Amino acid sequence: MASKPAILNLSAFTEGLARVGEFGSFVGDFFKRFWRPPFEWKEVWRQMDEVGVKSFLLTAVTGLAIGVVLAMQSRGTLARFGAEAVLPKMLALSLVKEIGPVFTSLVLAGRVGAGIGAEIGSMRVTEQIDALEVGSLKPYNYLVITRVIACVVMFPILTVWADAIGLFGGFMESYIVGNVDYRVFFASAFDSLTFPDIIVDTGKTAIFGFIVASVSSFLGYTVRGGTREVGQAAMQSVVTSILLILVADVIVVAVSLALFAPD
Amino acid sequence: MEAARSDETLRPATADGHAGPAWPLGKPWPEAQPLGSGPPPDDIMIEFRDLYKSFGEKHILRGVTMAIPKGVSTVIMGGSGTGKSVTIKHVVGLLKADQGEVWVHGENVDELSKDGLDQLRLKIGFLFQSGALFDSMTVYEQMDFVLKRHTDLDADGRKDRIMETLEWVNLPKTTSQYPSELSGGQRKRIGLARSIILQPDIMVYDEPTTGLDPISVRVVSNLINRLRDERGITSMTITHDLLCAEMISDHVFYLLDGVYAESGTLAEVAQSDKPEIREFFGDEYAMMFKTVRDGA
Ligand SMILES: Nc1ncnc2c1ncn2[C@@H]1O[C@H](COP(=O)(O)OP(=O)(O)OP(=O)(O)O)[C@@H](O)[C@H]1O
Ligand SMILES: [Mg+2]
Repeated sequence: MASKPAILNLSAFTEGLARVGEFGSFVGDFFKRFWRPPFEWKEVWRQMDEVGVKSFLLTAVTGLAIGVVLAMQSRGTLARFGAEAVLPKMLALSLVKEIGPVFTSLVLAGRVGAGIGAEIGSMRVTEQIDALEVGSLKPYNYLVITRVIACVVMFPILTVWADAIGLFGGFMESYIVGNVDYRVFFASAFDSLTFPDIIVDTGKTAIFGFIVASVSSFLGYTVRGGTREVGQAAMQSVVTSILLILVADVIVVAVSLALFAPD
Repeated sequence: MEAARSDETLRPATADGHAGPAWPLGKPWPEAQPLGSGPPPDDIMIEFRDLYKSFGEKHILRGVTMAIPKGVSTVIMGGSGTGKSVTIKHVVGLLKADQGEVWVHGENVDELSKDGLDQLRLKIGFLFQSGALFDSMTVYEQMDFVLKRHTDLDADGRKDRIMETLEWVNLPKTTSQYPSELSGGQRKRIGLARSIILQPDIMVYDEPTTGLDPISVRVVSNLINRLRDERGITSMTITHDLLCAEMISDHVFYLLDGVYAESGTLAEVAQSDKPEIREFFGDEYAMMFKTVRDGA
């Protein structure tokens, strides 16, 4: 296999295409089965806890670090133009519109994607998914749909949380360095944000959550082999999720700019 | 083949739990019907017709044909990696035949709709070789999960059923334990309990006694016999364990080179002319049967 020249490796290419097709029908199943029982609300709840509550600290640290660093970095540049006063505005805009959603989603892709890929993958290789299947227990509903819903709901919530912590971090920096009054800081920060901005830019993380959960579930669900393959599936879940998040971000931003072009 | 013989094929339960053959002694073992001839007779629960299955270049099953009558305990033997697990996975539709037909409960498994297959699966208990317990649930939770989904029992009714089933496998005290806290043999037995909890009419056991101590082997083998005798369950059991095979087998199929090359009672199969099968049992084992037979 390895001895074949890469350029002639057509079979790898067609195999890749086949995988993409498989993923397409896997996602298609989500939309087909989502509406039909069994509805695993208890498991959705448990997954929300798993995805969300257990990521609060991680996303808080992420948000805080971004907020503080962004404030420190921008301060110097803005000072040179005598524009320190716009710091809160700039901070709020870059945090809420882009850095918060994307950073949070990327960090979550690492934690949640690896978790889903590894858990579902090991259930596959230990025949637990087959056991669910044979027990007429609808493993797709139980394992995949629940995780997708949990991620779609929790990613935006965690993003808002990280944005808030980030803004707070930026304020702390401004307070320590420039002794800025909190009323001035936050009034200026929120002044720059419009409600549609917040909705669209936070809402796009629901798409990122969908990507992370569906990609990772797919890679776990279709593992063949043993523990080594499960490890690979977990790794691929993270890598693929990150790449797709970045691609999706470009698309979402382009589309939203076309639709709600700022004048 | 005439139907409506199901009453006499069901063995009566006897006081010592030991019973006569379900398929009356001396009656020739049933033949599978030809491909394309529709459902098998009513008293045949499982039928394979010229089944082929390959994985890539690996041709695992090459023309498997067999019929299994109601209420009979059959044992599948054969070397490691020859395709025994692959065979039984066709019964529950986990694998699809490349060619040939699999009939279970009068239905062609490969032609069932998704819902039809789910309905059929509810009548079949399947014990996986690995146990396949759900890691994220305690023993109680995984049994309750199955009952909640597929029965109308209330919480008390489910609890009674779970405790009764755990008694069957002699592990009533494990309810709150997670699979990772159980020993390999315990996991096997919980897997067994979970697979019988819906009271199926067909049981498929993949190596139910592997890794168990001799006492547990007898417990599990007796359990398999009780299920057959008291509930009239039809079963297919894969086992390498001669003690278990001796205790439970009404009929043995031996898989060799992709076909079930030998079929008969354990004694008949052990005395096969085929060198590979003789080697599997060992000459002494075959001799033992011969001595018993000649002495009798
Ligand atoms: N899903 C699969 N994909 C590819 N190959 C498979 C698959 N399932 C089984 N095989 C192959 O089929 C062959 C037979 O496997 P099977 O599990 O039926 O063996 P077995 O007779 O049950 O052996 P053992 O006694 O060791 O359990 C093996 O070579 C295995 O690698
Ligand atoms: Mg096997």
